[in-house]
Amino acid sequence: MNPGLLSCIENENIEIQLLLEAIFLKYGYDFRDYSQAHIKRRIMNRYKQEGFKSLAEMQHRMIYEQSFFQVLLSDLSINVTEMFRDPYFYKFIRQEIIPVLKTYPFIKIWHAGCSTGEEVYSMAIMLKEEGLYERCQIFATDFNDRVLQKAIDGIYPLKYIRDYMSNYQESGGHYSLADYYTAKYESVIMDASLKEKIVFANHNLVTDSVFGEINMIVCRNVLIYFTNPLQDQVIKLFSDSLCPGGILALGSKENLTFCECGADFETVGDKEKVFRKKYY
Amino acid sequence: MGYKVIVIGASAGGMTALRMLLSVLPVDFNVAVIVVQHVSPRSEHYMVQYLNDNCAINVKEADEKEKIVCGNVYFAPPNYHLLIEDDETFSLTIDEPYNYARPSIDTLFETASEVYTHQLIGVILTGANHDGSQGLKKIKAYGGLTIVQDPQTAEFTEMPTTALQAVDVDYRLPLEEIGSFLKQLIEGVR
Repeated sequence: MNPGLLSCIENENIEIQLLLEAIFLKYGYDFRDYSQAHIKRRIMNRYKQEGFKSLAEMQHRMIYEQSFFQVLLSDLSINVTEMFRDPYFYKFIRQEIIPVLKTYPFIKIWHAGCSTGEEVYSMAIMLKEEGLYERCQIFATDFNDRVLQKAIDGIYPLKYIRDYMSNYQESGGHYSLADYYTAKYESVIMDASLKEKIVFANHNLVTDSVFGEINMIVCRNVLIYFTNPLQDQVIKLFSDSLCPGGILALGSKENLTFCECGADFETVGDKEKVFRKKYY
Repeated sequence: MGYKVIVIGASAGGMTALRMLLSVLPVDFNVAVIVVQHVSPRSEHYMVQYLNDNCAINVKEADEKEKIVCGNVYFAPPNYHLLIEDDETFSLTIDEPYNYARPSIDTLFETASEVYTHQLIGVILTGANHDGSQGLKKIKAYGGLTIVQDPQTAEFTEMPTTALQAVDVDYRLPLEEIGSFLKQLIEGVR
Protein backbone atom coordinates (compact mmCIF):
# COMPACT_ATOMS: atom_id res chain seq x y z
CA MET A 1 0.00 0.00 0.00
CA ASN A 2 2.72 2.40 1.06
CA PRO A 3 6.05 1.27 -0.42
CA GLY A 4 7.95 3.98 1.48
CA LEU A 5 6.74 2.67 4.82
CA LEU A 6 7.41 -0.97 3.96
CA SER A 7 10.99 -0.30 2.94
CA CYS A 8 11.43 1.83 6.04
CA ILE A 9 10.40 -1.10 8.25
CA GLU A 10 12.61 -3.42 6.21
CA ASN A 11 15.62 -1.14 6.55
CA GLU A 12 15.06 -0.83 10.27
CA ASN A 13 14.96 -4.62 10.61
CA ILE A 14 18.19 -4.94 8.62
CA GLU A 15 19.89 -2.43 10.91
CA ILE A 16 18.68 -4.31 13.98
CA GLN A 17 20.19 -7.50 12.55
CA LEU A 18 23.48 -5.68 11.94
CA LEU A 19 23.47 -4.35 15.49
CA LEU A 20 22.99 -7.87 16.89
CA GLU A 21 25.76 -9.13 14.63
CA ALA A 22 28.05 -6.37 15.91
CA ILE A 23 27.22 -7.24 19.54
CA PHE A 24 28.16 -10.84 18.83
CA LEU A 25 31.39 -10.00 17.00
CA LYS A 26 32.53 -7.44 19.54
CA TYR A 27 31.34 -8.85 22.87
CA GLY A 28 30.40 -12.49 22.20
CA TYR A 29 26.79 -12.20 23.39
CA ASP A 30 24.54 -13.84 20.84
CA PHE A 31 21.03 -12.38 20.50
CA ARG A 32 20.73 -13.26 16.83
CA ASP A 33 18.33 -16.13 17.51
CA TYR A 34 16.14 -14.31 20.00
CA SER A 35 12.52 -13.58 19.07
CA GLN A 36 12.83 -10.43 17.05
CA ALA A 37 9.73 -8.46 18.06
CA HIS A 38 10.92 -8.31 21.67
CA ILE A 39 14.55 -7.52 20.81
CA LYS A 40 13.51 -4.77 18.45
CA ARG A 41 11.22 -3.20 21.04
CA ARG A 42 13.97 -3.18 23.64
CA ILE A 43 16.53 -1.71 21.24
CA MET A 44 14.15 0.95 19.92
CA ASN A 45 13.24 1.96 23.50
CA ARG A 46 16.91 2.57 24.25
CA TYR A 47 17.28 4.32 20.88
CA LYS A 48 14.49 6.77 21.75
CA GLN A 49 15.71 7.31 25.32
CA GLU A 50 19.22 8.22 24.17
CA GLY A 51 17.96 10.38 21.32
CA PHE A 52 20.02 8.73 18.60
CA LYS A 53 19.60 10.01 15.06
CA SER A 54 20.16 6.62 13.42
CA LEU A 55 20.69 2.99 14.33
CA ALA A 56 24.13 3.27 12.74
CA GLU A 57 25.02 5.91 15.34
CA MET A 58 23.79 3.61 18.07
CA GLN A 59 25.85 0.74 16.67
CA HIS A 60 28.95 2.90 16.58
CA ARG A 61 28.58 3.90 20.20
CA MET A 62 27.87 0.31 21.23
CA ILE A 63 31.11 -0.88 19.59
CA TYR A 64 33.36 1.89 20.87
CA GLU A 65 31.89 2.46 24.33
CA GLN A 66 31.80 -0.60 26.53
CA SER A 67 29.78 1.14 29.24
CA PHE A 68 27.02 1.80 26.73
CA PHE A 69 27.08 -1.85 25.72
CA GLN A 70 26.49 -2.76 29.38
CA VAL A 71 23.38 -0.60 29.36
CA LEU A 72 22.18 -2.32 26.19
CA LEU A 73 22.97 -5.72 27.67
CA SER A 74 20.71 -4.97 30.61
CA ASP A 75 17.99 -3.86 28.23
CA LEU A 76 18.24 -7.17 26.41
CA SER A 77 18.32 -9.41 29.44
CA ILE A 78 15.25 -10.50 31.32
CA ASN A 79 15.16 -8.60 34.58
CA VAL A 80 11.67 -9.47 35.70
CA THR A 81 10.93 -12.26 38.13
CA GLU A 82 9.17 -12.79 41.45
CA MET A 83 9.25 -15.10 44.46
CA PHE A 84 7.10 -18.20 44.12
CA ARG A 85 5.89 -17.06 40.70
CA ASP A 86 2.95 -19.34 39.78
CA PRO A 87 2.34 -20.77 43.26
CA TYR A 88 0.74 -23.92 41.79
CA PHE A 89 4.11 -24.73 40.22
CA TYR A 90 5.91 -24.62 43.57
CA LYS A 91 3.13 -26.60 45.19
CA PHE A 92 3.57 -29.27 42.54
CA ILE A 93 7.34 -29.39 43.04
CA ARG A 94 6.82 -29.63 46.80
CA GLN A 95 4.23 -32.38 46.61
CA GLU A 96 5.27 -34.42 43.59
CA ILE A 97 8.96 -33.87 42.89
CA ILE A 98 10.60 -33.33 46.28
CA PRO A 99 9.49 -36.76 47.59
CA VAL A 100 11.42 -38.30 44.68
CA LEU A 101 14.45 -36.08 45.22
CA LYS A 102 14.43 -37.17 48.87
CA THR A 103 15.43 -40.66 47.79
CA TYR A 104 18.77 -39.33 46.46
CA PRO A 105 21.82 -39.01 48.74
CA PHE A 106 22.92 -35.80 47.05
CA ILE A 107 20.95 -33.45 44.79
CA LYS A 108 22.22 -31.03 42.17
CA ILE A 109 19.83 -28.30 41.01
CA TRP A 110 20.51 -25.82 38.24
CA HIS A 111 18.55 -22.56 37.96
CA ALA A 112 19.34 -21.49 34.41
CA GLY A 113 18.66 -17.83 33.61
CA CYS A 114 18.04 -17.02 37.27
CA SER A 115 17.95 -13.25 36.72
CA THR A 116 17.84 -11.41 40.05
CA GLY A 117 17.40 -14.65 41.99
CA GLU A 118 13.90 -14.48 43.49
CA GLU A 119 12.99 -17.94 42.25
CA VAL A 120 16.28 -19.40 43.48
CA TYR A 121 15.56 -18.22 47.01
CA SER A 122 12.01 -19.54 46.68
CA MET A 123 13.40 -22.97 45.86
CA ALA A 124 15.92 -22.75 48.71
CA ILE A 125 13.13 -21.94 51.18
CA MET A 126 11.09 -24.88 49.98
CA LEU A 127 14.04 -27.28 50.16
CA LYS A 128 14.76 -26.14 53.71
CA GLU A 129 11.17 -26.67 54.79
CA GLU A 130 11.20 -30.14 53.29
CA GLY A 131 14.44 -30.98 55.11
CA LEU A 132 16.38 -31.45 51.92
CA TYR A 133 18.47 -28.32 51.70
CA GLU A 134 21.60 -29.68 53.39
CA ARG A 135 21.90 -32.37 50.73
CA CYS A 136 21.58 -29.93 47.83
CA GLN A 137 23.94 -28.02 45.64
CA ILE A 138 22.20 -25.25 43.74
CA PHE A 139 23.82 -23.63 40.72
CA ALA A 140 22.19 -20.32 39.83
CA THR A 141 23.36 -18.89 36.53
CA ASP A 142 22.70 -15.91 34.30
CA PHE A 143 24.64 -14.22 31.49
CA ASN A 144 24.25 -10.76 32.95
CA ASP A 145 26.66 -9.97 35.80
CA ARG A 146 24.55 -7.05 36.96
CA VAL A 147 21.46 -9.12 37.66
CA LEU A 148 23.65 -11.91 39.03
CA GLN A 149 25.11 -9.49 41.56
CA LYS A 150 21.58 -8.62 42.67
CA ALA A 151 20.86 -12.31 43.06
CA ILE A 152 24.00 -12.72 45.18
CA ASP A 153 23.04 -9.73 47.34
CA GLY A 154 19.53 -11.11 47.82
CA ILE A 155 18.12 -7.66 48.56
CA TYR A 156 14.66 -6.92 47.24
CA PRO A 157 12.21 -4.00 47.44
CA LEU A 158 9.86 -4.27 50.39
CA LYS A 159 6.90 -3.18 48.27
CA TYR A 160 6.75 -6.54 46.49
CA ILE A 161 6.79 -8.63 49.66
CA ARG A 162 3.05 -8.62 50.18
CA ASP A 163 2.55 -10.33 46.79
CA TYR A 164 5.38 -12.74 47.53
CA MET A 165 3.80 -13.62 50.87
CA SER A 166 0.52 -14.60 49.32
CA ASN A 167 2.39 -16.55 46.62
CA TYR A 168 4.31 -18.34 49.36
CA GLN A 169 1.17 -19.24 51.30
CA GLU A 170 -0.57 -20.44 48.16
CA SER A 171 2.43 -22.57 47.24
CA GLY A 172 1.99 -24.58 50.43
CA GLY A 173 4.56 -22.77 52.58
CA HIS A 174 4.73 -24.20 56.12
CA TYR A 175 5.57 -21.03 58.04
CA SER A 176 5.75 -17.34 57.20
CA LEU A 177 7.87 -15.83 54.47
CA ALA A 178 8.97 -13.26 57.06
CA ASP A 179 11.03 -16.03 58.72
CA TYR A 180 13.40 -15.91 55.76
CA TYR A 181 14.32 -12.24 55.47
CA THR A 182 15.16 -9.16 57.49
CA ALA A 183 13.40 -5.93 56.57
CA LYS A 184 15.27 -2.66 56.78
CA TYR A 185 14.10 0.68 55.40
CA GLU A 186 12.42 -0.06 52.09
CA SER A 187 14.20 -3.35 51.44
CA VAL A 188 14.40 -6.91 52.63
CA ILE A 189 17.56 -9.00 52.70
CA MET A 190 17.27 -12.75 52.37
CA ASP A 191 18.60 -14.86 55.22
CA ALA A 192 22.28 -15.76 54.73
CA SER A 193 21.58 -19.41 55.59
CA LEU A 194 19.59 -19.66 52.33
CA LYS A 195 22.75 -18.93 50.37
CA GLU A 196 24.95 -21.63 51.91
CA LYS A 197 24.31 -24.18 49.19
CA ILE A 198 23.89 -21.78 46.29
CA VAL A 199 26.71 -21.11 43.84
CA PHE A 200 26.03 -18.09 41.64
CA ALA A 201 27.89 -18.13 38.33
CA ASN A 202 27.95 -16.49 34.94
CA HIS A 203 26.75 -18.86 32.26
CA ASN A 204 25.28 -18.12 28.84
CA LEU A 205 22.75 -20.66 27.63
CA VAL A 206 23.35 -19.68 24.03
CA THR A 207 27.12 -19.83 23.90
CA ASP A 208 28.31 -21.87 26.91
CA SER A 209 28.23 -25.63 27.37
CA VAL A 210 26.84 -28.39 29.55
CA PHE A 211 26.62 -28.65 33.31
CA GLY A 212 27.17 -32.23 34.52
CA GLU A 213 24.81 -34.74 36.14
CA ILE A 214 22.08 -32.40 37.27
CA ASN A 215 19.00 -33.80 39.05
CA MET A 216 16.71 -30.86 38.39
CA ILE A 217 16.94 -27.94 35.99
CA VAL A 218 14.67 -24.94 36.57
CA CYS A 219 14.51 -22.58 33.60
CA ARG A 220 11.29 -20.62 33.63
CA ASN A 221 10.27 -17.96 31.12
CA VAL A 222 13.61 -17.92 29.36
CA LEU A 223 12.83 -20.09 26.34
CA ILE A 224 9.92 -17.84 25.32
CA TYR A 225 12.52 -15.28 24.29
CA PHE A 226 14.20 -17.68 21.84
CA THR A 227 13.39 -18.73 18.28
CA ASN A 228 12.60 -22.40 17.66
CA PRO A 229 16.12 -23.42 16.53
CA LEU A 230 17.63 -21.81 19.63
CA GLN A 231 15.00 -23.45 21.85
CA ASP A 232 16.02 -26.79 20.35
CA GLN A 233 19.67 -26.10 21.02
CA VAL A 234 19.04 -25.15 24.65
CA ILE A 235 16.72 -28.11 25.33
CA LYS A 236 19.50 -30.34 23.95
CA LEU A 237 21.90 -28.67 26.38
CA PHE A 238 19.48 -29.40 29.23
CA SER A 239 18.99 -32.97 28.12
CA ASP A 240 22.76 -33.49 28.04
CA SER A 241 23.13 -31.91 31.48
CA LEU A 242 20.46 -33.96 33.23
CA CYS A 243 21.03 -37.40 34.69
CA PRO A 244 18.52 -40.08 33.64
CA GLY A 245 15.23 -39.40 35.42
CA GLY A 246 16.27 -35.78 35.96
CA ILE A 247 13.60 -33.10 36.12
CA LEU A 248 13.20 -30.15 33.77
CA ALA A 249 10.89 -27.34 34.94
CA LEU A 250 9.83 -24.69 32.43
CA GLY A 251 7.60 -21.60 32.50
CA SER A 252 3.83 -21.96 32.36
CA LYS A 253 3.64 -21.13 28.64
CA GLU A 254 6.69 -23.10 27.54
CA ASN A 255 6.58 -26.50 25.96
CA LEU A 256 8.69 -29.32 24.55
CA THR A 257 6.12 -30.36 21.94
CA PHE A 258 7.85 -28.77 18.99
CA CYS A 259 11.44 -29.51 20.03
CA GLU A 260 13.56 -32.18 18.44
CA CYS A 261 14.78 -33.23 21.87
CA GLY A 262 11.22 -33.29 23.19
CA ALA A 263 11.26 -37.07 22.75
CA ASP A 264 13.98 -37.33 25.44
CA PHE A 265 11.40 -36.24 28.01
CA GLU A 266 8.08 -37.36 29.44
CA THR A 267 5.52 -35.02 30.99
CA VAL A 268 5.14 -35.16 34.77
CA GLY A 269 3.00 -32.03 35.29
CA ASP A 270 1.18 -30.77 32.22
CA LYS A 271 -0.12 -27.51 33.66
CA GLU A 272 3.01 -27.00 35.75
CA LYS A 273 5.28 -27.70 32.76
CA VAL A 274 7.42 -30.21 34.61
CA PHE A 275 9.16 -32.89 32.55
CA ARG A 276 11.33 -35.91 33.31
CA LYS A 277 14.26 -37.08 31.22
CA LYS A 278 13.61 -40.67 30.21
CA TYR A 279 15.79 -43.43 31.65
CA TYR A 280 17.09 -45.10 28.51
CA MET B 1 -8.95 -3.33 2.07
CA GLY B 2 -7.47 -6.80 2.23
CA TYR B 3 -7.43 -6.80 6.00
CA LYS B 4 -5.71 -9.76 7.64
CA VAL B 5 -5.94 -9.09 11.35
CA ILE B 6 -8.09 -7.22 13.86
CA VAL B 7 -6.47 -6.33 17.20
CA ILE B 8 -8.73 -5.40 20.09
CA GLY B 9 -7.82 -3.82 23.43
CA ALA B 10 -10.16 -3.85 26.41
CA SER B 11 -9.83 -3.30 30.13
CA ALA B 12 -12.45 -2.72 32.85
CA GLY B 13 -15.88 -3.68 31.51
CA GLY B 14 -14.29 -5.65 28.70
CA MET B 15 -15.92 -8.98 29.34
CA THR B 16 -19.45 -7.78 28.53
CA ALA B 17 -18.26 -5.65 25.64
CA LEU B 18 -16.21 -8.46 24.12
CA ARG B 19 -19.06 -10.91 24.42
CA MET B 20 -21.33 -8.56 22.51
CA LEU B 21 -18.72 -7.87 19.85
CA LEU B 22 -17.35 -11.37 19.32
CA SER B 23 -20.71 -13.14 19.31
CA VAL B 24 -21.55 -11.38 16.04
CA LEU B 25 -18.53 -12.80 14.20
CA PRO B 26 -19.08 -15.84 11.98
CA VAL B 27 -17.29 -19.17 12.45
CA ASP B 28 -15.56 -18.81 9.06
CA PHE B 29 -14.49 -15.21 9.63
CA ASN B 30 -11.82 -14.40 7.09
CA VAL B 31 -9.41 -12.57 9.38
CA ALA B 32 -7.72 -13.39 12.68
CA VAL B 33 -8.79 -11.47 15.79
CA ILE B 34 -6.25 -10.88 18.56
CA VAL B 35 -7.37 -9.53 21.92
CA VAL B 36 -5.66 -8.05 24.92
CA GLN B 37 -8.07 -7.92 27.86
CA HIS B 38 -6.51 -6.68 31.08
CA VAL B 39 -6.95 -9.38 33.70
CA SER B 40 -5.50 -10.20 37.08
CA PRO B 41 -2.09 -11.87 36.73
CA ARG B 42 -3.37 -14.82 38.73
CA SER B 43 -6.58 -15.33 36.79
CA GLU B 44 -7.05 -18.72 35.20
CA HIS B 45 -8.59 -17.19 32.13
CA TYR B 46 -12.03 -18.71 32.48
CA MET B 47 -13.01 -15.81 30.23
CA VAL B 48 -11.62 -17.55 27.15
CA GLN B 49 -13.69 -20.62 27.96
CA TYR B 50 -16.77 -18.52 28.61
CA LEU B 51 -16.46 -16.61 25.33
CA ASN B 52 -15.71 -19.75 23.37
CA ASP B 53 -18.89 -21.31 24.78
CA ASN B 54 -20.93 -18.26 23.88
CA CYS B 55 -19.57 -17.30 20.45
CA ALA B 56 -19.74 -19.05 17.09
CA ILE B 57 -16.15 -18.19 16.24
CA ASN B 58 -13.35 -20.21 17.87
CA VAL B 59 -11.91 -18.41 20.91
CA LYS B 60 -8.61 -19.56 22.41
CA GLU B 61 -5.57 -18.41 24.35
CA ALA B 62 -2.58 -17.53 22.16
CA ASP B 63 0.24 -20.07 22.46
CA GLU B 64 3.88 -19.20 22.28
CA LYS B 65 5.15 -19.52 18.63
CA GLU B 66 1.63 -20.33 17.41
CA LYS B 67 0.91 -19.49 13.80
CA ILE B 68 -1.82 -16.88 13.40
CA VAL B 69 -4.70 -18.33 11.38
CA CYS B 70 -7.87 -16.55 10.27
CA GLY B 71 -11.18 -17.64 11.78
CA ASN B 72 -9.74 -17.62 15.30
CA VAL B 73 -9.96 -15.20 18.20
CA TYR B 74 -6.73 -15.27 20.23
CA PHE B 75 -6.44 -13.91 23.77
CA ALA B 76 -3.19 -12.82 25.39
CA PRO B 77 -2.49 -15.11 28.38
CA PRO B 78 -2.67 -13.47 31.83
CA ASN B 79 0.65 -12.10 33.12
CA TYR B 80 2.40 -12.22 29.72
CA HIS B 81 2.83 -9.64 27.01
CA LEU B 82 1.71 -10.82 23.58
CA LEU B 83 3.79 -9.81 20.55
CA ILE B 84 3.54 -10.54 16.83
CA GLU B 85 6.60 -11.73 14.92
CA ASP B 86 7.40 -11.06 11.26
CA ASP B 87 6.51 -14.63 10.31
CA GLU B 88 2.98 -14.11 11.69
CA THR B 89 3.51 -16.11 14.85
CA PHE B 90 3.00 -15.12 18.47
CA SER B 91 5.71 -14.57 21.00
CA LEU B 92 5.29 -14.01 24.73
CA THR B 93 7.40 -12.08 27.20
CA ILE B 94 7.35 -11.44 30.95
CA ASP B 95 8.84 -7.96 30.58
CA GLU B 96 7.83 -5.27 33.06
CA PRO B 97 4.18 -4.26 32.99
CA TYR B 98 3.62 -1.45 30.49
CA ASN B 99 1.03 1.19 31.44
CA TYR B 100 0.70 -0.87 34.63
CA ALA B 101 -0.57 -3.74 32.52
CA ARG B 102 0.72 -7.15 31.51
CA PRO B 103 -0.49 -8.02 28.93
CA SER B 104 -0.39 -4.48 27.57
CA ILE B 105 -2.47 -3.35 24.61
CA ASP B 106 0.26 -1.02 23.29
CA THR B 107 2.74 -3.89 23.08
CA LEU B 108 0.37 -5.97 20.95
CA PHE B 109 -0.79 -3.06 18.79
CA GLU B 110 2.70 -1.72 18.09
CA THR B 111 4.21 -5.06 17.12
CA ALA B 112 1.14 -5.97 15.05
CA SER B 113 1.31 -2.70 13.13
CA GLU B 114 4.88 -3.41 12.02
CA VAL B 115 3.88 -6.79 10.63
CA TYR B 116 0.47 -6.02 9.09
CA THR B 117 0.71 -2.25 8.40
CA HIS B 118 -2.31 -1.32 6.25
CA GLN B 119 -3.83 -4.79 6.59
CA LEU B 120 -4.53 -4.22 10.27
CA ILE B 121 -7.61 -2.97 12.12
CA GLY B 122 -7.22 -1.68 15.68
CA VAL B 123 -10.14 -1.43 18.10
CA ILE B 124 -10.17 0.19 21.56
CA LEU B 125 -13.04 -0.69 23.88
CA THR B 126 -14.06 0.17 27.45
CA GLY B 127 -11.42 0.63 30.13
CA ALA B 128 -10.23 2.75 33.04
CA ASN B 129 -6.65 3.52 32.02
CA HIS B 130 -4.53 4.86 29.15
CA ASP B 131 -3.25 1.67 27.61
CA GLY B 132 -3.71 1.27 23.86
CA SER B 133 -3.59 4.90 22.75
CA GLN B 134 0.04 4.80 21.62
CA GLY B 135 -0.52 1.51 19.84
CA LEU B 136 -3.58 2.82 18.06
CA LYS B 137 -1.63 5.88 17.01
CA LYS B 138 1.00 3.64 15.44
CA ILE B 139 -1.64 1.56 13.64
CA LYS B 140 -2.98 4.76 12.14
CA ALA B 141 0.49 6.00 11.20
CA TYR B 142 1.24 2.68 9.50
CA GLY B 143 -1.88 2.88 7.36
CA GLY B 144 -4.19 0.62 9.36
CA LEU B 145 -7.83 1.26 10.21
CA THR B 146 -8.67 2.60 13.67
CA ILE B 147 -11.92 2.19 15.58
CA VAL B 148 -12.81 3.35 19.08
CA GLN B 149 -15.91 2.51 21.08
CA ASP B 150 -18.06 5.58 21.60
CA PRO B 151 -17.32 6.43 25.26
CA GLN B 152 -21.03 7.09 25.80
CA THR B 153 -21.65 3.37 25.29
CA ALA B 154 -18.63 2.31 27.39
CA GLU B 155 -18.91 0.97 30.91
CA PHE B 156 -15.61 2.78 31.65
CA THR B 157 -14.89 5.80 29.50
CA GLU B 158 -11.25 6.67 30.20
CA MET B 159 -9.59 4.30 27.75
CA PRO B 160 -11.72 5.12 24.71
CA THR B 161 -11.66 8.83 25.56
CA THR B 162 -7.87 8.86 25.80
CA ALA B 163 -7.61 7.00 22.51
CA LEU B 164 -9.91 9.51 20.82
CA GLN B 165 -7.75 12.36 22.12
CA ALA B 166 -4.53 10.73 20.94
CA VAL B 167 -5.63 9.56 17.51
CA ASP B 168 -7.73 11.01 14.72
CA VAL B 169 -9.64 7.75 14.45
CA ASP B 170 -11.43 6.46 11.38
CA TYR B 171 -14.56 5.33 13.22
CA ARG B 172 -16.12 6.07 16.58
CA LEU B 173 -18.91 3.54 16.98
CA PRO B 174 -21.42 2.52 19.64
CA LEU B 175 -20.56 -0.86 21.13
CA GLU B 176 -23.52 -2.72 19.63
CA GLU B 177 -22.48 -1.70 16.11
CA ILE B 178 -18.78 -2.60 16.21
CA GLY B 179 -19.21 -6.36 15.67
CA SER B 180 -21.57 -6.03 12.72
CA PHE B 181 -19.45 -3.24 11.26
CA LEU B 182 -16.36 -5.47 11.33
CA LYS B 183 -18.31 -8.38 9.89
CA GLN B 184 -19.55 -6.25 7.03
CA LEU B 185 -16.14 -4.76 6.43
CA ILE B 186 -14.49 -8.17 6.14
CA GLU B 187 -17.23 -10.13 4.41
CA GLY B 188 -17.84 -7.24 2.00
CA VAL B 189 -14.32 -7.41 0.62
CA ARG B 190 -14.25 -11.18 0.17
